[in-house]
Amino acid sequence: MRHLLSTGDLTRDEAVLLLDTAEEMRSVAERPIKKLPTLRGRTVVNLFFEDSTRTRISFEAAAKRLSADVINFAAKGSSVSKGESLKDTALTLQAMGADAVVIRHGASGAPARLARAGWIDSAILNAGDGSHEHPTQALLDAFTMRRHLAPGEQGLDGRRVAIVGDVLHSRVARSNALLLATLGAEVTLVAPPTLMPYGVERWPVDTSYELDPVLAKADAVMMLRVQHERMNAAYFPSAREYSRRYGLDTKRMARLPEHAIVMHPGPMNRGMEISADVADSARSVIVEQVTNGVAVRMAALYLLLSGARETPAPTPEVTSDTTHDTTEGQA
Amino acid sequence: MSAHTSDSGRSSTVVLDSGDIARALTRITHEIIEKNRGASQVVVLGIPTRGVELGRRVAERMSEVAGHPVPYGSLDITMYRDDLRMKPARALEKTDIPVDLDDRVVVLVDDVLFSGRTIRAALDALNDLGRPRAVQLAVLVDRGHRELPIRADFVGKNLPTSLAEQVKVAVTGLDDRDEVRIVSAPRTADEVVR
Repeated sequence: MRHLLSTGDLTRDEAVLLLDTAEEMRSVAERPIKKLPTLRGRTVVNLFFEDSTRTRISFEAAAKRLSADVINFAAKGSSVSKGESLKDTALTLQAMGADAVVIRHGASGAPARLARAGWIDSAILNAGDGSHEHPTQALLDAFTMRRHLAPGEQGLDGRRVAIVGDVLHSRVARSNALLLATLGAEVTLVAPPTLMPYGVERWPVDTSYELDPVLAKADAVMMLRVQHERMNAAYFPSAREYSRRYGLDTKRMARLPEHAIVMHPGPMNRGMEISADVADSARSVIVEQVTNGVAVRMAALYLLLSGARETPAPTPEVTSDTTHDTTEGQA
Repeated sequence: MSAHTSDSGRSSTVVLDSGDIARALTRITHEIIEKNRGASQVVVLGIPTRGVELGRRVAERMSEVAGHPVPYGSLDITMYRDDLRMKPARALEKTDIPVDLDDRVVVLVDDVLFSGRTIRAALDALNDLGRPRAVQLAVLVDRGHRELPIRADFVGKNLPTSLAEQVKVAVTGLDDRDEVRIVSAPRTADEVVR
């Protein structure tokens, strides 16, 4: 592993190694001194072109617990808002000696572009690109599921996971579908036809337009946020109708098997895709997901940064479909 | 470390067999109890991988002799190594601290004491976990060639070796038998970074 761009790049062994490493990292959070000297002298740059509080502070906490130096670079109020291109930003970070760049970008494929264009030697970690992928979120989801549903096992073989809601715009759903399939879980995507992504029949998943039949045999149900900021067209008639058909409330939760867990990548729209009492119920692992996020990101940073640089050059194939390095800079 | 590789064509001598190892661990157990005037404050922490199994055996013997259970666990030192940048990233081993370490006597257990760098890392790791009253070191084999000012309090066997030799420790539970061997072979790149 040289970069973490897509969960589709991970072999099962690599994914299991990440989860096992995260398991050890998680125990650090329970110690009186929550700090390891492992990445002392390394610099991690958080390069965020889109607003994100939780992912950024999660990466920041992870890097700091490993003793790395952290530089936060938000696009707003920076040279990017003055029209600097991704290339020039990358060259600047290279000149500053960044060992890892954690990038969040509105354009799908921007992290892959950064990793493969040869502008910068750093390890690149995708912290969410457009509606493409969000690999560390998928890893923390898988980590949380493994702790609850398959303790002591390597993967999630045979576990059934329902991912419900705005799959079309969800980088979380895509990363999860690919990773969970690698780990042996059976994934069902549940969404109205308008929010099912194009080409979903080539994903390693089942699909359903109805939530209720899926719930009865799900081990985990993951509610996705309805992304108002991406809802520029009428994907469903009204919020009320969406909530009725695809929202998770107490009545629906009762259909779940006894051991099933409820997840949400956050931030939640309480009352929309998930009701407040479900979000706060004993089955909800939403707060634990945040804790696990730091552990998983520590594992990713450790595995990408602690050792000697692997020498082989990165493979040039770009799996993402929309790679533009001209889309940033919109102030 | 004392990893198992195929030793075809190398000359190898068994220096401790299972009986020798059992006697050495029993003696170490009594020495620990004698030095600490009992075992009531002692916590045994093995260093992965083979130190954990050896630590477990020492703690069990101590429990028998002292008549009360002696807590034992494992202390992974990977993230405290001084040579992390020289090899690809390593998988982590388990760290399992059974009790609060403050004001206890921690006995670290490892299979082979060589450069002393592993123990240096272990002391750093302990520093982040608590403040033991004292830290002592027990090793099955001390093969010399220290690179740091570190010594063991309890030694199963002092084994004068040349740098061209390898010391291989096998323990049941991880391997098929209890045995310590000296393998004379040119040092592999793997040994150099130990």
